[in-house]
Order: sequence, then C-alpha cells, then structure tokens
Amino acid sequence: MVDIFTLLAAGLAQSFEPLNLFMIVVGCLAGLFIGAMPGLGSVNGVAILLPVTFLVPPTAAIIFLAALYYGAMYGGAISSITLGIPGASTAVATVFDGRPMAQAGKADQALSAAAVASFIGGTISVVLFTFFAPPLAIFALKFGPQEEFALMVLAFATFIGLGGDDIPKTIFMILLGLVMASVGFDIITGQPRLVFFDMVELQRGIGFLVLAIGIYGIGEMLWTLETTKGKVEIHAVKTTWGRFKKNLGKVKQYLPTTSLGSVVGFFVGTLPAAGATPASLMSYGLAKTFSKDSESFGKGNVSGVAAPEAANNAASTGSMLPMITLGIPGSPTTAILLGGMIIWGLRPGPLLFTDKPDFVWGLIGSMYVANLVTVVLNLALIPIFVRVLAMPFTMLTPIIFVLCFVGVFSTTDRMFDVWLMMVLGAGGYLLRKLNYPVAPAVLAIVLGPLAERSLRQSLISSRGDVMTFFDRPISLACMLIALALIIYPVYLGFRRRRARASYADEG
Amino acid sequence: MTMRTAELWIAIALLVGSLGLMWSIHSDGLSIEWIEGRGPGAGVWPFWLSAGMALTCVWTLVRWFRSETAESHDLSHYIDPESLGLVGISFLSLTAMLLLVHVVGTYISVALFLGFYMRVIGKHSWQIVSSFVIGGPIFIYFLFEWQLSKYLPKGWPIFEEGFLWIDNYRWEYLM
Repeated sequence: MVDIFTLLAAGLAQSFEPLNLFMIVVGCLAGLFIGAMPGLGSVNGVAILLPVTFLVPPTAAIIFLAALYYGAMYGGAISSITLGIPGASTAVATVFDGRPMAQAGKADQALSAAAVASFIGGTISVVLFTFFAPPLAIFALKFGPQEEFALMVLAFATFIGLGGDDIPKTIFMILLGLVMASVGFDIITGQPRLVFFDMVELQRGIGFLVLAIGIYGIGEMLWTLETTKGKVEIHAVKTTWGRFKKNLGKVKQYLPTTSLGSVVGFFVGTLPAAGATPASLMSYGLAKTFSKDSESFGKGNVSGVAAPEAANNAASTGSMLPMITLGIPGSPTTAILLGGMIIWGLRPGPLLFTDKPDFVWGLIGSMYVANLVTVVLNLALIPIFVRVLAMPFTMLTPIIFVLCFVGVFSTTDRMFDVWLMMVLGAGGYLLRKLNYPVAPAVLAIVLGPLAERSLRQSLISSRGDVMTFFDRPISLACMLIALALIIYPVYLGFRRRRARASYADEG
Repeated sequence: MTMRTAELWIAIALLVGSLGLMWSIHSDGLSIEWIEGRGPGAGVWPFWLSAGMALTCVWTLVRWFRSETAESHDLSHYIDPESLGLVGISFLSLTAMLLLVHVVGTYISVALFLGFYMRVIGKHSWQIVSSFVIGGPIFIYFLFEWQLSKYLPKGWPIFEEGFLWIDNYRWEYLM
C-alpha cells in the first residue's frame, strides 16, 4: 500500500512538470471543444489528434490524449444541454433532462451540475483505478498466449453480448476488422496476404488509424451532416456570478446519485465494449429508480443530468484499466490510445507496470490533475463555449475534413492511405446507417495482430489441440464467459420469436 | 432506395465480398490447413474469418427474408433526400480536394476547399472565408512541416519548387 502512495506521489510530481502540465491544459481545452461539438466525441478527438502527439515523448503524449478524453467527456454535456444534440453518444442520457432544463432557462444550472458531477465521477474512478490497477497487473503477469487469446475472445464476445446491436452484424464487423488487420505480410511465414492486384501499398497493411479516422472523422461528419441537415439551434445560457454560486450550492441535491453513478460507471467502463454510453444510461436509470421524485425525470430534474455525467467520466477512467493492465481496450477511444501506445513503442499489458513505471504512474497522476484542471476550465469557460457552439457546420465540417487528410498523411506519408481513409469512411457511413456497429471493427483491427499471434502460439505449443484453451483455469473461465455472452442474446432472441409466434397463434 | 432494399443489397454485396476474400486467399496459394511441424498455415486466420463473414451475411439475409431486422420493415429513405445534396457535395468536394493535392499540392488545394465549402455551401462573408483560406494553410505549414518536420505533398514540380523557396527561406532566416 505504501508503495502505491510513493509511486502515486512520483506520478503526481511528474504530471506537474512544465511540458506535462501544458499538455494537460491543452488536452483538456481541446477535449472540451471537441466534446462540445455535435457529432464529435472523445473517440473522434483522439483519432484526429493522435498524429500530433508524435512530436512529444510518450508520457506527455498519453497525458495529452488522456486529458483530451476527460475534456471531451465533460464537453459532451455542453451541446447536449444547450443545443439538445449530444456531443457524443456518451452524452445522450444528459439530453433527457439537460434539454428541458435549458428550455426552462436553467441551462447554467444544468451545465454547472454536469461539470461538478463529472468532477466527482472522475475523482472517484481515478481513486478506484489507483488501487485496482496494480493488483490486476500482477495477476495478469500469469497470462500465457492461451489466456491472452481467451481474453480477446472475451473482449469480442462482450461486444456481442452487451452491445445490444444486431448480432450477425456485430459479428460481421468484428470479423471484418480482424481480416483488415491481417492484410500485409504474415507474421510467422512472411507470405503476403490479401495484397489485392499486387498493390505494393497494401503490403504494409491497413493501419488502424486509417480506419479510425475514416470512420470517426469522415463517416461521422457525413452522418452528422445528414441527421442535422447542417443546422443547429442555440438556446441562450444566462451566466452571472450570483447564479453560479447558487448553482454550486445545490450539489447536495444530486450527490447521492452522482456517487452511485460514479461507481457504476467505473465498473461498467472496465468491461470491454460496454464503455461510457451504457454506463451513463444505466446510471440515469438507477437515479430515476431510486429517486423520490421519479416523475420529474425527463422534465428537467438536475439529478438526471448529474447521474449520467458522473458515470460517463468514471467509465472513461474505467475503460483505461483493462487497456493499461491487460492490453485490452475497454472502449473505442482506448482502442485508439492502445494503437498510439504501440506506435510509440510501448506494449500495453502487465509488464508495463514493471518496465515503464514512470509512464504508468505519470498517466495516473495526470488523471488526478486533469480532472481538477477540467472542472476549473469547464466552469470558467461555459459562457465562451456557448458562443463557440454557434459555429455553423459549414465552417466546422471542412476543418474536420482537412484535419483528417493531414492527420492520416502525416502518420503514414502515403496518399494511398488518405484515399483508403475516404473509402473506409464512406463505407463506415453507409454500413452504420443499416445498424452495422462500427466500434467493433476498430477494436478488432487494433487487437487483430495480437489475437492472431496468441492463437497461433497457443496452437503451435499444444500441437494443434484446441482444448488447450479449456485446460487452463483463467482461459477456461474467459472462454466460458465469452460463450455465455454469445449464446445468451441468441437464446433470448429465439425465446422472443417463439413468444411472438405463440401470441400470434392465440390471436 | 428504401432502408429495406438497401439492407438486402448491402448484405448481398458483403456476402460476395467475403466469398471474394476466401477465393483470393485460396488463389494466392496460402495454406488454410494445419502444416505438420509448422502449425497453422498463413491463410488459416484470414480464410476462416472471411468464411465467418460470409456466414453472418447469410444470417442477415435469412433475417431479412423473415422480416426480423429493424431495417427489413423500414420503408423510409436510405439517405434522407433533404440532406442528400449536402452529404453528396461534402463528399465530392473532399474527393476533389484530394485529387487536387496530386496536382497543386496540399496548401493550395486546402485553401480552395475551405474557400469553396465556406463561401459556396456555407455562404459566409468574404472576411471569414479569407481568414480561414489564408490562416488554415499557414497553421498546417507551421504545425506539420515546421514543428513536426512532416513533408506534406506539394503536387507537380512547378508547385513543389515554389514551396522549396519558402522552405529555404525558413531554414536560412528562421531556424
């Protein structure tokens, strides 16, 4: 325990180094801005700005992106409340009560509640992270290739089981991401695979960033242009010092739901595929269930804003836990962070704690600082952000498109990848409209090479015996949970169909 | 095209694509079986994943015929006709910008794209448009070429030489 405090103190000291502190402030600001933009969330911000981080050392880079992730979670609430458009899917639940509050002229109260709840959620989750991460890393050191592969199967299975989307389409997107990851030279035999028309450019494979920026930059903007028709409606936000103090004084009203939402958010966030969106929706549901005044939810109850905001911030920290300790991302954003870490030459996983303690504890320390910096910035900048939100889409869209092009080119140095990004972005947009979830494909392209390597290592060591995944206790447990997660929704669907059929027969 | 029709055609296209991937692996002579003493062949992983993709497409098609997916009984437009123009022109103008990058390079094409989008589509004032048209490329040059030392495409030699002059000036007087 003493060790943890010593390491945490070193991490905190590291996050106060001038460059790192600068990165925190810039990251939080950029995150707040990106999160507040309708249609853009942390995943878009991290994907688009990842190439920029190659300028600084890995610790400063991850601190910047983690701060951006935090900032975007805070920022998502701003457009949810003032515009009625969620900045990202993670802020959908915030609209339910945030929008009615804004319409009733209480936008400042909703924004303050969102900021304070986000701070509480972030703080509780980072404390949980500090104490949960090291033991989990020690436990994960016992992992061999069998356990690694089983864990990845579990990560994919959670997308199927908890994702709630169309099951065959979810499986298709996972497999598509894995196939895309296998383009290029085979890791063991060195043979070229899926290099269509002998295109030299494909021999280097498809970078995850090309897919991520294509989907979350180009595809998402096309989607937003279609759904909003390029127009947004602004609600005036009154901001005075007196009202600000009064709003902060109302924390007691929503403290219990915020605390509950934070704990729920953290644990849901640690589950791969679950992430911040279901965490915020669950938290909203719990707040409504336990409220004495559940009737007022959806009509402008401040707890309805605070609960999902606390949960989505807590989930963002939670989703970093499996990424850092196991090398398994808990959300699309952390999948991109994981890819970034691999580019920086770091291998996320249990060994990171022993090999790169400066990096890990610097990141944890920066989470505490970023949380504090973001709440201060958020409260101070509410009036300014409301003005920036008036930026029309016809100004925002070309800027994002240009950033996507320059971002991909500067990472890969090839126009081929820029064109590939366009194709993947357009494809992602068209598939997403038909309920094909895009996040599993991004997760799969990041995990693909690791999954294939661990599968082949396991099979080679067991001389082709598939039962090797069921002989070892940890991999057996992961496989059984994964199987349950895949079978359960299929079984539920089957039962629903039977019930419908018997109802129709009776009718 | 309705959502219902789009779901059918896209599922068929994805099925054909998945089968094409399997055929490509087979025709490249990659082994899709266990090789004694060496383990799984190079084609095992992508081949069987593609087979899985094909199966999920068949599953979606079966669900479509049985009207089990939400989209299979959705008769609304696949792409909202009201937004089709905006989405289409955004995508086409971006494509045009990327084509121009090969000819006139990054900076001129970015300036033209920003100018077109903001002035023609956005109908913003010349003052705003010109600040983005001039400021955007300068910001990109400063961040990517200067700070990150990333060489962005400059197009045909005549345009590249123009930028070499700017680069020389920077190296001589500003570094």
